[in-house]
Amino acid sequence: MNRGPDEPMKARIELTVNGERREALVPVHKTLLEVLREDLDLTGTKHGCELGECGTCTVLVDGEPVLSCLALPAELEGREILTVEGLAQGGRLHPLQRAFAELGAAQCGYCTPGILLVARALLEATPVPTREQVRVALAGNICRCTGYTKILDAVELAALRMAGRTPVATAAAGSAR
Amino acid sequence: MNKHEFSVIGQPLPKIDAWAKVTGETRYADDLVLPRMAHARLLRSPHAHARIAAIDTSRAAALPGVYAVITGADLPPVKFGILPVSQDEEALCREKVRMVGDAVAAVAALDEETAERACELVEVTYEPLPALMSIEESLAHPEVRIHEYGDGPNVHKSVALQFGDVEAAFAAADLVREDVFFYEGNTHLPLEQHAAVAHWGPDDKLTLWSSTQTPHYVHRLLAKILAVPAAHVRVIAAPVGGGFGGKLDPFAHEIAACQLSRLCGRPVKIALTREEVFYVHRGRHPVLMWLKTGFTRAGDITGSHLRTWLDGGAYGSYGVASTFYTGAINPVTYKMPVYKFEGARIFTNKPPCGPKRGHGTPQPRFALECQIDRAAEQLGLDPADLRRRIVAEPYTKTANHLTVTTIGLGECLDRVVEASGWREKWRGWNAPPRGRGPVRRGVGIACSSYMTGAGSAVYWNNMPHSGVVLRADRGGGVAILCGATDIGQGSDSILAYLPAEVLGIDPKDVRVHPADTDLTPVDLGSYSSRVTLMCGVAAIQAATRLREVLFQAVAAKLEVDPSRLVARDRKVGVPDDWDRALTFAQAVELGEAMHGVLAFAGSYAPPKRAGKYKGGGVGPSPCYSYSACVVELSVDEDTGMVELHDVWLAHDVGRALNPLLVEGQVEGSVYMGIGEALMEEQVFRKHVHKTPSMLEYKSPTTLETPAIHTILVETDDPEGPFGAKEAGQGPLLPVMPAIANAIYDAVGVRIDEVPITSEKVLRALDLKRQGKPARVGPEKLPLFTFKTPLVVESAFGQPADAITRRPFA
Ligand code: FES
Ligand code: FES
Repeated sequence: MNRGPDEPMKARIELTVNGERREALVPVHKTLLEVLREDLDLTGTKHGCELGECGTCTVLVDGEPVLSCLALPAELEGREILTVEGLAQGGRLHPLQRAFAELGAAQCGYCTPGILLVARALLEATPVPTREQVRVALAGNICRCTGYTKILDAVELAALRMAGRTPVATAAAGSAR
Repeated sequence: MNKHEFSVIGQPLPKIDAWAKVTGETRYADDLVLPRMAHARLLRSPHAHARIAAIDTSRAAALPGVYAVITGADLPPVKFGILPVSQDEEALCREKVRMVGDAVAAVAALDEETAERACELVEVTYEPLPALMSIEESLAHPEVRIHEYGDGPNVHKSVALQFGDVEAAFAAADLVREDVFFYEGNTHLPLEQHAAVAHWGPDDKLTLWSSTQTPHYVHRLLAKILAVPAAHVRVIAAPVGGGFGGKLDPFAHEIAACQLSRLCGRPVKIALTREEVFYVHRGRHPVLMWLKTGFTRAGDITGSHLRTWLDGGAYGSYGVASTFYTGAINPVTYKMPVYKFEGARIFTNKPPCGPKRGHGTPQPRFALECQIDRAAEQLGLDPADLRRRIVAEPYTKTANHLTVTTIGLGECLDRVVEASGWREKWRGWNAPPRGRGPVRRGVGIACSSYMTGAGSAVYWNNMPHSGVVLRADRGGGVAILCGATDIGQGSDSILAYLPAEVLGIDPKDVRVHPADTDLTPVDLGSYSSRVTLMCGVAAIQAATRLREVLFQAVAAKLEVDPSRLVARDRKVGVPDDWDRALTFAQAVELGEAMHGVLAFAGSYAPPKRAGKYKGGGVGPSPCYSYSACVVELSVDEDTGMVELHDVWLAHDVGRALNPLLVEGQVEGSVYMGIGEALMEEQVFRKHVHKTPSMLEYKSPTTLETPAIHTILVETDDPEGPFGAKEAGQGPLLPVMPAIANAIYDAVGVRIDEVPITSEKVLRALDLKRQGKPARVGPEKLPLFTFKTPLVVESAFGQPADAITRRPFA
């Protein structure tokens, strides 16, 4: 189908996502959220508003949380982008992922990818945060299901495990994969 | 049965879908992509009430990249609605629009942007009509009719029921209180915006994937709306990214996507924007309430009379049920021998209200619990002790003929009183303030009850409410087919745990398939807290049937009596001869050799207990959950700011099939209750939503959510699967009144409406300083004459109807 003269300008962009170099030809105004989901098949990144208000679409850029619904990919060339699909390494879940699954921190799971990434950024900077620090870090991520309680618990559990400071297993870990 | 005899039940297991959810693998509706898929958008009305004079789609259709444009004229001329009594909706409005956001046209195009641009090219000529934006306006203007049906001009539904003689009850009381309350509307705000993918195939059959809580009802209604045989319609429920009641109706976007797919010969995806989700709504009704209750000196209730006025919005939706629910559940909690209820739902030109977590019951609960607090003060009683004294009797009937089974409310109260330190923290009425400077601390208490599944379907029928087909594989795996939809509450996991328990296998050996109207037996949907109980009992029945066959086959092989066999640790054998036990997979092979294919069905329908009066079908449930809540907070007298410190919530869940999941439901409910109590409101300026974005519509973040202490109380209810009752809605209900009561304890002001904003607190404190009644709340009631009540004898205190007697058992 032919497009009219107002066809948007497209640009070839090259992104580093989850350690892989990916290319896409996309309209210049397309957001990182859209490019990840629609052009790179990375649908693990979710959206709740597309206006920068809910935190659901958070990814990490060079380790820092970024709202992908507000980010333009052209400005991120050469930077390291991490999405939820890149959290597990070589088939091994990140401790945050394990803790979230074991403690029931994901109910509908829709907020989970964004929250996992914010939590990962937090733990990189502050390996064993206080509950208050976790609260503050996650204040921009809305979750409508959990009342946040199990999310805070899971971040704390993952932090302690990563710091080698806690029993590896919860009661739930038995049937973890 | 005692907890320690279970292997799966009672364990804090991860949900079976947890791994997909933490890795981003779960595919929600908007994650689905099909080859050649087109993208659709709806054009929505900017008018709250207007006649549609003309629609011209020619410019839109001519836009390059557009595949199809439809209006109401391209759909069969049928009106629909989720309840048979309220068939008042159109997917695309034909003659008039009744709210800002009503859909009038839809476009499918090669991408969303093109569809959006085409929508802007559709020319609609509207002739605006007066918009009625409140109950008062709608009642004052009977000449402006939003709909042509109902119980009066702009009155959707009016009900009046009386159980016993309330006037006599008030005459016998030592204290009679009359209070007026208002509960502002609010919305579900699921994090996932609704989305759907429709594929009208070349075989002239339709498949719809949708983020819906009720695939079965959508299936039935799509057939009617599109005038196609239901046999050619297939609805598949995608994992739902939060529902809370907001995805329970058939929606314009789903219907439009189907019709567009039919016309353009491609799969069509449609995804709502956040703003659209605010207008689609179906959330909490704004309800104005008048409540009159008589108390004896000791605190017993002699009788209660409740009037509710619901602002229904522009369409019926579940509104008739919502209206009845504002009156049905209050008598379930406390001994309330006499009861009268009058309710009316009024149409207004706003997005339709419907079922949100707690459906119709948080509003009257707020009224009753705030009133009891006042009565306790006047009677000089501890509000916890007063409630403890009047807890309803198990295995009896309520005034309004509901059969109640187990009641753990007494224990819930004892446990929250104990855990919260109520005895130290609550220091009596008019005790000197706690706290320093302008910041005052207070505690408040409230209770609630909620049904575990509605006793009737939304359309009358004698079929199961939930069905399970279970198939055992020679590899030792078990497949579960059930039409239940997992909206995050964990119903898929429950469907794995229960058969695993019965069959002695690991939940990981059980695969639960998504609701798919082609493949899975009907489950009515994820609403009214019905899923765990109903699909749970059906799953246990199916698994038990399989186990019987396996035991027969294994008994023949081992030459023992089948009654001696047990199934555990993936084996079947005789406990004191466990070395000879066969593996579960061997048992399946033997069973299949003996019996043929091992596929078994389980069915559940609730006991038939509808009260024998018109309206008696709303409220009955197999059993009721109970909650008690204590809140500790502080109020800053300078700013009116309320800061929550701790919430203790004890919940009678019957049995915690998985305590992690139950705690999650309690925590989520408390959180949502906090939002409703302090900040969330769906309100309108002129004719448009005042805050249609996640930034402006305030909801609690991690910073506003306090520590939530969950206490689970088990009563082992005979109606529930392994004794379980609901947990997903009930724990929300006591939170709002507990907060209001705690604010009174802290600073001595009564805020009789939610949300309790700092502005209202300041206003009340101001009144207090001026020596006026320190109360903020509604000042007047609408002029409305309820119909003459249907007078029925109170069934209070009668023995419960037969327990565990139900169809298909
Ligand atoms: S989708 Fe990006 S912040 Fe909501
Ligand atoms: S788990 Fe549903 S929004 Fe967080």
